Amino acid sequence: MPIQFKKFTLSNGLRFVVHEDHSTPMAVLNVLYDVGARDEDPAQTGFAHLFEHLMFGGSVNIKDFETPLQMAGGENNAFTTNDLTNYYIQIPAENIETAFWLESDRMLSLAFSEKSLDVQRKVVSEEFKEHYINQPYGDVWFKLRELTYKVHPYRWMTIGKELSHIENAKLSDVKRFFFKHYCPANAILVIAGNIKTEKALELAEKWFGSIPAGEKYNRQIPAEPTQVAARKMDVKADVPLDALYKAYHVGSRTDKGYYAMDLISELLGGGGSSRLFQALIKEKKLFSNIECYHLGSTDPGLLVIEGKLIKGVRMEDADKAVDEELQKLQSGKIEEKELIKVKNKTESAILFEDMSLMNRASNLAMYELMGDAEFMNTELQKYKDVTREEILDASMSIFDEKNSSTLFYCSNN
Amino acid sequence: MLNRKTAPGITDAVKFHLDLPPHEKISLSNGVDVFLVNMGTLDTLMMNIVFYAGNYFEPVNLVASAANFLLKNGTRSKTAYEINEYFEYYGAYLSRHAAHETAELTLHCLNKHVDELLPAVAELISDSVLPEEELAIYKKNMQQRLQVNLRKNDFVASRLIDTYLFGESHPYGRYSSMAEYEALQVEQVRDFYKTFYQQGRCMIFVAGLLPENIQAQLEKYFGGLPLRGSVRPDLPEFSLQPAKQKKYRITNDPDGVQGAIRISRNFPNRHHPDFQKMLVLNNLFGGFFGSRLMANIREDKGYTYGIHSYLTNLIQESDLMISTEAGKEVSEATIKEVYYEMKRLCDDPVPDDELQTSRNFMIGTLLGDLDGPFQVAGRWKSLVLNGLTEDYFYGSVDVIKTVTPRDLQELANKYLKPDDFYELVVI
Repeated sequence: MPIQFKKFTLSNGLRFVVHEDHSTPMAVLNVLYDVGARDEDPAQTGFAHLFEHLMFGGSVNIKDFETPLQMAGGENNAFTTNDLTNYYIQIPAENIETAFWLESDRMLSLAFSEKSLDVQRKVVSEEFKEHYINQPYGDVWFKLRELTYKVHPYRWMTIGKELSHIENAKLSDVKRFFFKHYCPANAILVIAGNIKTEKALELAEKWFGSIPAGEKYNRQIPAEPTQVAARKMDVKADVPLDALYKAYHVGSRTDKGYYAMDLISELLGGGGSSRLFQALIKEKKLFSNIECYHLGSTDPGLLVIEGKLIKGVRMEDADKAVDEELQKLQSGKIEEKELIKVKNKTESAILFEDMSLMNRASNLAMYELMGDAEFMNTELQKYKDVTREEILDASMSIFDEKNSSTLFYCSNN
Repeated sequence: MLNRKTAPGITDAVKFHLDLPPHEKISLSNGVDVFLVNMGTLDTLMMNIVFYAGNYFEPVNLVASAANFLLKNGTRSKTAYEINEYFEYYGAYLSRHAAHETAELTLHCLNKHVDELLPAVAELISDSVLPEEELAIYKKNMQQRLQVNLRKNDFVASRLIDTYLFGESHPYGRYSSMAEYEALQVEQVRDFYKTFYQQGRCMIFVAGLLPENIQAQLEKYFGGLPLRGSVRPDLPEFSLQPAKQKKYRITNDPDGVQGAIRISRNFPNRHHPDFQKMLVLNNLFGGFFGSRLMANIREDKGYTYGIHSYLTNLIQESDLMISTEAGKEVSEATIKEVYYEMKRLCDDPVPDDELQTSRNFMIGTLLGDLDGPFQVAGRWKSLVLNGLTEDYFYGSVDVIKTVTPRDLQELANKYLKPDDFYELVVI
């Protein structure tokens, strides 16, 4: 059953998608801004995410964002990725206008409070510590990104390359960033739930229609050059177990090979009957856990295999065993049944994800950013169309030794 | 001219009429109760089988969770690999989870595959063999996972605070150790499986846009199993043994940059007349983004990425828990502010507008939480497991709408007394 929606563009260029669902008492307003960590200055990383926090620090006409929203029975959150920043409000449908009021005012302009910046610098520093310093293996992705990306801004994390970049952020930087990226020309609005399209459009015009368009930001990001030789990094750290990480460059989200690549990650690491799980945890007993996933990034991304080794297993042996599984895939042994399995899994994953109104709203925004919200309805067929040959071709090019980056993260005790 | 300074009019969420969508209850011929929640818009289904097989019933520590885990790891006719492959082939998710009174097996699938999947789930209940080899792998992998977790201050803090509240031998306070994993014997786990799953007592919750023949299918595949109905077995007696000492400072990671802070007190279960009111007080105190703890400790001081308080979801006894990770150098300052916020709730009545915000927020999120068949089934499960009826649900809604600042101040003075709290920092 396709997701029904209608698309509009307001006169200031703001793209607007409406998805009616009258089976729920709720409505969701989702605002996506086309800016992420990849748009940051290398000397000021972590800024897009810090900025996301500041979006809750009051806007030009509304001192306090949270209280009126809670008063209207709504809840909200936001996230920043390397590619984009997404804000959402879920609220009883009767009170949806409160969401329009709040989101439009912070698109118009922020309060730019010194106090808010000061506090959120500290909050984000604590977030940095909680997730990346005070955790065993917490620094892995800092190292892995630097190993795999030499030029493209994916070489740093959304949270930022180092704490000092966040600590040094100035209010003038905040203002510049806002006016460059947070305007109708760079945003996509989705309204979903128990609301009529006409009403939604009327509210969008009322609250967002008069916001100056701003300038469309045209990013010029240097492409990551093709990797020509295998890369290797060794790390010793105070962790209890050795861990192996292998990363491979893959195409962009809109690359036609995306679907085969996604299914490959499922074949290798998706669940208890996946190849790596069965061969390396259950049969050979080399790992206590192993995963395969990809970043799903807009620009060319990474497919990653990571696992923790059973105490006593040599890193070289574990690495070799992973390579053997990849070679098996390349040698063409894929049964029809296995391919159907990963396609079926993908089908139900999509359906279960779409059960949530919030997911439908944010997915519509993301597909619209990719080019067309309608992609949401054509996605499944693209998975179904993937052939065994395409899987083989993709596995040959992805798992080329020259395309690999291997990190041995070793326990020093 | 658009007035952006003034908020648009709202309907106070307390005016919303909240309905808990109904379920249909049937009994299979072996006495197992089935709760069916038939609603939704998509052809998906969830089946949640809840066994009385939690750690209350285990003869030695970790047997209940091992038995629950190994449900998927081999039957008389299928290996662990074949079981996984079978469910995954149909795009189904089969998960399991062990708690204190209960342990669960949950299937999520597309309706079109129900006929293939129900018998496969039934087979796990009737025919699992719990292979020794699988137990050995499980033990090893769990030990490795534990080694990593023990390096995390928040993991260590969560374990310790439960032992202070309930005592190390109580099912709510017990935790895992390398040695106890090592000591697990396959016979213990098999015996447990036989008693508490194969011939156990359970309830089944099924939710989604249900196929027409679902009742007949459930009877066909589950009604003939040698299960012993749905009546909860008597729980073995465990007395609470709360620790005498109240304050703890523990060093876990010499290079730690944050302290994992837990401040907690014992609290009665849902049947106590103060429980529902306490949910409202807790919401104001640390239950959501606009709470006093968040407003003060995160949004004003920037000591932490997040601080929360909650009444722990336990059946026999609950606790009121305050939990955060704060910078090492501001951990003690954070604790001071927590007590300051307790005192404020004791000394001054909550202002009307703050209480109104909290009421509206709670009702609004409750409305959202009831959106969808799986969520509704979850509500019913919680009521049934706690020995409550829908009256309790409507009672809570009523309390949210009507509790007064005076009630809340009295409650604060009764329960937010610093001397009653355990206090722990793990760095």
